[in-house]
Amino acid sequence: MTGLLFQMGLPQVSTIAPSVDRLYSFLFVISLISFVGTIGALIYFIVRYRRSINHPDKTPYIEGHPMLETAVMVGFFIITMIFFYWGWVDYKKIRKSPPNALEVNVMGRQWAWEFEYTNGRKMLNEVVVPKGQNVKFIMGSSDVLHSFFIPEFRVKQDVVPGTYEYLWFNATQTGEFQVYCAEYCGTSHSGMLAKLKVVEPEQYRKWQKMWEWEKQLGLSPTSEATAAEKGTAPSPTGLSSAATAPAGTKPAETTAMASPVERGQKLFKEKGCNACHTVTGEKLVGPSLKGIFGHEIELEGGQKVLVDENYIRETIVDPNRKIVKGYQPLMPTFKGTLSDDEINSLVAYIKSLGT
Amino acid sequence: MAHAAAHAEHHKSYLEGGGVWSWLTTLDHKRIGIMYLFTTIAALFVGGVLAMMIRIELFSPGHTIMGPDTYNKVFTLHGAIMIFMFLIPVIPAALGNFFLPIMLGAKDVAFPRLNLASYYIFVGGAVLALFSLIHGGIDTGWTFYTPYSIRTAGSVILVTLAVFIMGFSSILTGLNFIVTIHKLRAPGLTVHRLPLFVWAVYATSIIQVLATPVIAITMLLLTMERVLQIGIFDPKLGGDPVLFQHFFWFYSHPAVYIMIVPGMGVISEVLTVFSRKKISGYQAIAYSSLGIAFVGFLSWGHHMFISGQSPLANLTFSFLTMLVAIPTAIKVFNWTATLYKGSIWLTTPMLYALAFIFLFTIGGLTGLFLASLSVDVHLTDTYFVVAHFHYVMVGGNMMAFLAGLHYWWPKMFGKMYSEFWGRISWALIFLGFNVTFMIQFYLGQVGMPRRYYDYLPQFTTGNIISSIGSWMIGLGFIIMTVYLTYSLLKGEKAPDNPWASKSLEWETATPPTLHNFEKTPVVTHDPYEYGVVEVGGGVKLGVKS
Repeated sequence: MTGLLFQMGLPQVSTIAPSVDRLYSFLFVISLISFVGTIGALIYFIVRYRRSINHPDKTPYIEGHPMLETAVMVGFFIITMIFFYWGWVDYKKIRKSPPNALEVNVMGRQWAWEFEYTNGRKMLNEVVVPKGQNVKFIMGSSDVLHSFFIPEFRVKQDVVPGTYEYLWFNATQTGEFQVYCAEYCGTSHSGMLAKLKVVEPEQYRKWQKMWEWEKQLGLSPTSEATAAEKGTAPSPTGLSSAATAPAGTKPAETTAMASPVERGQKLFKEKGCNACHTVTGEKLVGPSLKGIFGHEIELEGGQKVLVDENYIRETIVDPNRKIVKGYQPLMPTFKGTLSDDEINSLVAYIKSLGT
Repeated sequence: MAHAAAHAEHHKSYLEGGGVWSWLTTLDHKRIGIMYLFTTIAALFVGGVLAMMIRIELFSPGHTIMGPDTYNKVFTLHGAIMIFMFLIPVIPAALGNFFLPIMLGAKDVAFPRLNLASYYIFVGGAVLALFSLIHGGIDTGWTFYTPYSIRTAGSVILVTLAVFIMGFSSILTGLNFIVTIHKLRAPGLTVHRLPLFVWAVYATSIIQVLATPVIAITMLLLTMERVLQIGIFDPKLGGDPVLFQHFFWFYSHPAVYIMIVPGMGVISEVLTVFSRKKISGYQAIAYSSLGIAFVGFLSWGHHMFISGQSPLANLTFSFLTMLVAIPTAIKVFNWTATLYKGSIWLTTPMLYALAFIFLFTIGGLTGLFLASLSVDVHLTDTYFVVAHFHYVMVGGNMMAFLAGLHYWWPKMFGKMYSEFWGRISWALIFLGFNVTFMIQFYLGQVGMPRRYYDYLPQFTTGNIISSIGSWMIGLGFIIMTVYLTYSLLKGEKAPDNPWASKSLEWETATPPTLHNFEKTPVVTHDPYEYGVVEVGGGVKLGVKS
């Protein structure tokens, strides 16, 4: 009920929005009462106790109101602790991404938002997601700080170059919603806008399937390996199908050579990762990467860490900081030799090796 | 003859005697305070013009009077100048310098030469900052976040060095004041007889001394990153851009208490005099200044809730931030309680003090919204934050400064100003302020981010309203400039104690002589003994309620 009274002036489009708005309303009501109480008293006093011409200095000698003061402060403390606790409980829900969410990679840069689905589909300044499903954005930046903000969902997260940050939501309505950059990033900070489109799950499925079929049928450029597997030959002249102009693609999209997982698989061999790490479970110089994602591992020194996107990224660029127990510090660093996109692909590939 | 001449010399006001050179080389804390006053007011004007430019640009979406790069430089300089060159120094260095020694019954501060040095260091830093304006300015925001501040062209190094230099002015003044308060109190002036303005300046000085070195080092590190590529903040070199935020806010959060606590000290003084009543809760107010100073060091991470820092850090900072609300509320409670059964005299300084309570309460309460983690996720980096900090810094600190300026004006300059125009100006500023900034809470809550050169059409009406408010404020300040200048040139001569204040500084001549007091005063009570009737033999009768 209070949620309706002083709701934020925006629709509630995510599962967390009503709860955030309820705390906002509570804050608003308490603030209003405090303000009216204080300023009401103030205005009453300055009117009621207006300086009189005859007795300008006649006032009682009051050193304080300790009982009332203590009561007000205790009450105020309790209320601020309620604000704190409620804010913390909802914040944990906002911050902790649920498992098995639909993942989309997001890259912020001066001055646009790039989206990439796990099937390799890329979009610029626009992203489509299904209603009623947990969606998780894995976000990075290729230059400076930005911040991904969807007001109608009540979510926001800074994107930091050099790390992955996460943002999740579950949309409760279909429609088109505004995305802003909320961390100052230069000339076109206010122009770094994107659209988040929420569609019915069936519509989303069809939308992705259409694109995937087009890709497989060679209507969009695809990797040689995939074409060979499916038995569809590239163009008869043997020219790389990358030269084929993609048919039926929407202006907001660009097409990928392959999905991030496929690109990662290729890089894993090309960059020599497979010299020290297997994907079959067999231990070599380095630990096997099969099934490690999402698990906790033990490091030299006894500390435990979670193998998430950030751990994999960190190990690639700074390998000897968190060495797995039982292994030697032998991994070379790939800082400077792998682009952000290549690292993203390797992360996607390692994730696909099972959890 | 010589004796009479020396005696006459002794009774001259501090304003008379000597030309420009004697002012520039003065060791008199009052002259130094006046020089600080004019320098900070000049900075206020520059910052104010920049503010007007921002609001004109934002009057309509798209290009109005400038392009995006210029706009970004304008809002950066508006913030940097207002914070470093006005809000931080103005009350301690201008009003504090002038009145702290007098309130202690002393002739000057503990280290007069250091005091003058502080002033010149401040001016040096300010000149460097203004020089950067000519050099093209900077567009990083006053917060200089990395990696943008590492990469952007522009005179970042000049401005960071200016901040570095001005920081020393702050540190040395703080040091000077702490020693002065400890060592130069007149006989009988025990700590519980100190004016609350002194308590406030004391707490502020501690923050200044402890926190300012951190921003100094941070600015140096940023300069080194730009010039030497040491790789501390730049992720391309293995650095951590969020580390910069920790370093920056470790100072800059206590800095907001450097700004507001002296202002709160002024309010305690003004409210008492114009209620003709003893301040309620003297000890609570005194110790709450120290409490705010202490807790203020623990909460910097609330500026970084969505920076990617850990949930545990967020939990801790949210909790600690809530704690500062208590000592703050203690002050607001006691200020309001002081008015109860008082004899309220609505002069210009009193109107500013009451406006402070009104506006600062709003600013403080909206801080609670931002301290609550889940709500902050939505509100941070939007106009809600812009509204919040303008309510506390302008609605709070600026109102307090204007209250102090108008309260102490007769004592400093020996002249009165027009009460009529004072009230007109007050009305324009108070109403104009609310018109400008109240709507910004709404703009932020419906999603308009901050530092936006351009905005989507749905935000237009709110921005128009806000800009109109800024013109009201501007007009109020223009009127104030006129009547205060008139007061200096042709104002009515002020009586020794026009407000019948019982505070020690009003027992000096108006304006004070060089040495403040003819003889060192002996203090027997605190400055708030209103509502007390002396019946002889030192016995006091009060009408206890």
